[in-house]
Parts: sequence; C-alpha cells; structure tokens
Amino acid sequence: MSLDAEQVAKIAWLARIEIDSDAIPEYARNLSSILDFVEQMDAVDTSGIEPMAHPQDVPQRLRDDVVTESNQRETFLKIAPATENGLFLVPRVIE
Amino acid sequence: MEWEVVIGLEIHAQLRTKSKIFSGASTAYGAEPNTQACAVDLGLPGVLPVLNREVVRMATKFGLAIGAEVAQKSVFARKNYFYPDLPKGYQISQFELPIVKAGTLTISLEDGSSKEIGVTRAHLEEDAGKSLHEDFHGMTGIDLNRAGTPLLEIVSEPDMRSAKEAVAYMRKIHALVQYLDICDGNMQEGSFRCDANVSVRPKGQQEYGTRTEIKNINSFRFVERAINFEVQRQIDLIEDGGEVVQETRLYDPDRNETRSMRSKEEANDYRYFPDPDLLPVMIEPEFIDAVRKEMPELPDAKKARFQSEHGLSDYDAENLTATRDTADYFEAVLAELAGEAKLIANWMNGELAARLNRDGIDIQDAPVGAVAFAGLLLRIKDNTISGKIAKEVFDAMWVGEGSADAIIDSRGLKQITDTGAIEAIIDEVIANNPSQVEQYRGGKAQLLGYFVGQVMKASKGKANPAQVNQILRDKLSG
Repeated sequence: MSLDAEQVAKIAWLARIEIDSDAIPEYARNLSSILDFVEQMDAVDTSGIEPMAHPQDVPQRLRDDVVTESNQRETFLKIAPATENGLFLVPRVIE
Repeated sequence: MEWEVVIGLEIHAQLRTKSKIFSGASTAYGAEPNTQACAVDLGLPGVLPVLNREVVRMATKFGLAIGAEVAQKSVFARKNYFYPDLPKGYQISQFELPIVKAGTLTISLEDGSSKEIGVTRAHLEEDAGKSLHEDFHGMTGIDLNRAGTPLLEIVSEPDMRSAKEAVAYMRKIHALVQYLDICDGNMQEGSFRCDANVSVRPKGQQEYGTRTEIKNINSFRFVERAINFEVQRQIDLIEDGGEVVQETRLYDPDRNETRSMRSKEEANDYRYFPDPDLLPVMIEPEFIDAVRKEMPELPDAKKARFQSEHGLSDYDAENLTATRDTADYFEAVLAELAGEAKLIANWMNGELAARLNRDGIDIQDAPVGAVAFAGLLLRIKDNTISGKIAKEVFDAMWVGEGSADAIIDSRGLKQITDTGAIEAIIDEVIANNPSQVEQYRGGKAQLLGYFVGQVMKASKGKANPAQVNQILRDKLSG
C-alpha cells in the first residue's frame, strides 16, 4: 500500500506533528514500506476467527468504587509550563 | 411541500459513582480546580487505568431496564483527538463492542398515545476536563477535575418525528436513570446532557436527509427550541434551493439559534482502536442475575400499580411517576393518609406542582415535606378546614410558618361545622337581603351562589361549604 503526499500531510496534522514539506516524499516512502510489511498478514485466512481485542486472554480486573487519591495539585502544577489560580494555562483555544 | 422530521438523540448521563471510571480520584462536584485530578486523569507517563466495578454494575442496570442484552464481552477503545482539556490526546470510550446492546423505551405523547423508541446501544466512556475561556493573559485555563468522570452514552435510533417526541424521550431517560439511581440527573451541573441529530425529508421519502448534530444541550426546553430552530433552518435552506451540510452545530439559547462549529470540521477522524491498557470486560451471567435482583420498580410498572392499587387515573399516575422523587413523595404522603390517594393526587398535581413550578424548584427541595403535606390534607379530610382555606394554610406552610395545625390554630381558620353557628350567620344574611330572597323564591335559582358567597364572606371563609349549601336551600325554600 502506498501513501501519497496528501495522506502523509493529513496523518501529520491528525497527530499534530509538524513536518518539513520537503521531507514528505521520504515519509511517504518509509510509512508505505511499514504498511507493506504489515500487509503480509493479509495473506492469512481469518474468516470465522473472532477479532482479538487484547493479546492476553484474561478479563479486565475491576476495582471497588472508593476514593483513594488525595489532592496533589501543587505537585502537578509545578511541572506545568504555565499555571494560574490552580489552573493549567494553555495557548488560547477559541470555539 | 410537506416535510418529515427525523431525530435521534445521544444522551450523556454522568454515572453516580464516588470515584472516577479509571482512577481513585473523587467525582464530587464543585471542588477547587484540579484538586481532584490525579496522575491517571492527567495522563502522566507510566500510569494505567483500572476500571471501576460500580460503572459496570450501573450500565448493567440500565441495560436490564430497557430490555437490552448486556454484552458478555465489551471492549474499551481509544477515540483520538486533540483538545487541551483531554490530556491523553484520546478519550477512552467503547466503539465496536459496547456494554449495552439494543433495547427499547416507550414514551407517552400529549394526545395520550404511546410510541416505542429504539435505543441502539449504550456505552461507557470518560468525560473530558473543562476549558475556561476567560482571558488569562491571552491564554486558556484548564480544570481537569471532570476528566475521567464516568459517563454512560445512550444512543437512540432515529425514531423521533418531532421536537416534542424528542423531549418526551429525553424526559423518560432522565426519569429512568434517576429511578435506577445511576445518575443524579442534575442538568445545571452537566450530569445529564444531550446531542441531537436532526434531518428533514419530504413526507413519504424512504432515504434520510443529510443530518446535522446539535451539541451539548443541557435543558429540556432548549432541546425543543434547538430542534425546532434547526428543522426550520433546514427546510428554509432546501426550499431556497440550498443543501444541508453535514456538520456539528451549537445551540445559542440567548439568540435561539444554532450555528456551525467550524473548528470541529477537521476533527471527525477519530481513528478508534482497542485500548491496549485495558483488557476486555467480561460479565458473567451470575453478575447480571445479582443486578437483576436489586432492580427497583421502574416507572411504567409503578404507574400501572398506582392505577390498579390506588384507583388513580392514567393522567394522575403518569404525573405522579414522572420522577422517582415525585413517586416517593406520593407514597410517603399516602403512608400517612391511607386510602386518600385521589385527594393526594389532586393536591400534588395541582397546588403542589403549581408552587414548585412557580418557584422553579424540584419536589425533593420543596419547603413542605411529605409528612407536613399529609398533615395539611388530613385537615381537609376531617373537615377542620375547607379546600379554599387549605390553600391559604399551604401558602403559609410554604414560607415556613409551621405545621398545618399550628397555622390553623394561630390564624383561627378552623372550619365552622356547628350547625347552630352556621344557621345564625345564614339568618342574618337572609334578613339583610330581602329583595334577593324574594327573587330566589320567585324562581331565580342561580341566586343560591350569591347567598353562599355572602355566608362565606360573613364567616371569613370558615363555614363548612357543604353545610352552608344544605342549610341555605332549606331556609330559602321555607
């Protein structure tokens, strides 16, 4: 499967990764070869096999509904680039 | 051209747990920003989500209530998108294998008929945080207390054909989740909100028209208005030769209009895939049986019982079971006043409902509780006061003047039932109105009302009306 420049640009946008437009052909080539590698699995006949959601064949463990966490706001705010009044600050988002 | 409206709703009900869906942080509302956001909620490196057993139980309850199959195996998936209030860059949700499969719900319509609405599915997911767009030096503030709060998203079939039907469905789900005690239903706090998918098509056409999605509507009134506005917008657009564009729109209650959320256009590529951090959720039949045993009486069953057990009309029973709190109030009053279901229903659906409506409060916050209310009705029943005086007493109780008995006592409102006393008042009224008496005796029977009015006035409304009528007739005809 080969990806074109437009698809590469879209993937980069969806992942919010800035890429140099000169490098797009190379990304397209590399990503396409990864897809080709994975595509070999298409040769296996999987009809009648239930899709696997997780490689471990065990059910999800559940926890009791109990509050176990205490307020660690100051610790977490300390590692953020910008904070104010207990809030994390991010570049402005306008709806 | 005649148009048919097609509506489907996605309702988000916040599940009433103590801790979050995947972490042990508190879900309590109204805490200081970011004091209830732990490392898991913040999506810090090295953390793993662990599912809360209670949300599985609550989703199972909902599934049983709508007659749906509860999936033996359901899977959590990542819904990928970037937004600052979603720290991980994905929301943990369910996609291909939701916990609750298809079910149905019956709604009552205004004309008294009923209609079955399909529920496509209901799945578990985590809520996002909150963005505060007030100006922080040109930046946006982020509060992640809500991040990781458990939600049950309930998706309907496109079965509704008017805004009124959509509201009836939404109310029914709202009542149901409260009956089940899985959601507090508080719409102001965002615990219950909905997205509406709306399209129109020429009547008789099979295919659906292009739909738009109105996001995050948080009141019944706004749902009705938003849908009605959107329907008219789409019809006008098509009739003017235009085309409806599939998009997400936002309802603005201040201007009563919907408008396009252009910023979200690009965001519809969610690239769902199973979340490798979470194993499939397996639900054993024994678990479902245990949940089934703790199911409360549901609205439809309660309504039927109110009709058969207490002889209430369809209308009364419908109103009294509209919310669990209303039904509980009714039953608490009835426990004090056995056998008086009709009297209670009349007063609850009339005077009580009117006061709640006027003051914009819910029945559980009513200033007059069930026992005090029963105390008032008891005094109507035993003829201590008339219905008319009871309204005055109720008003006084409403503003905190005390119990019915205390108010009747302090205001001297006790009904006059002493025949001699009533006769004395009537004699005086008759003596003071000779010409009316003559006219009455001359055949003008409708003047009886005038005399009743005079007697009631003279007794300050305290004379027993039934006795007044009886004695007046006797005396006037004599």
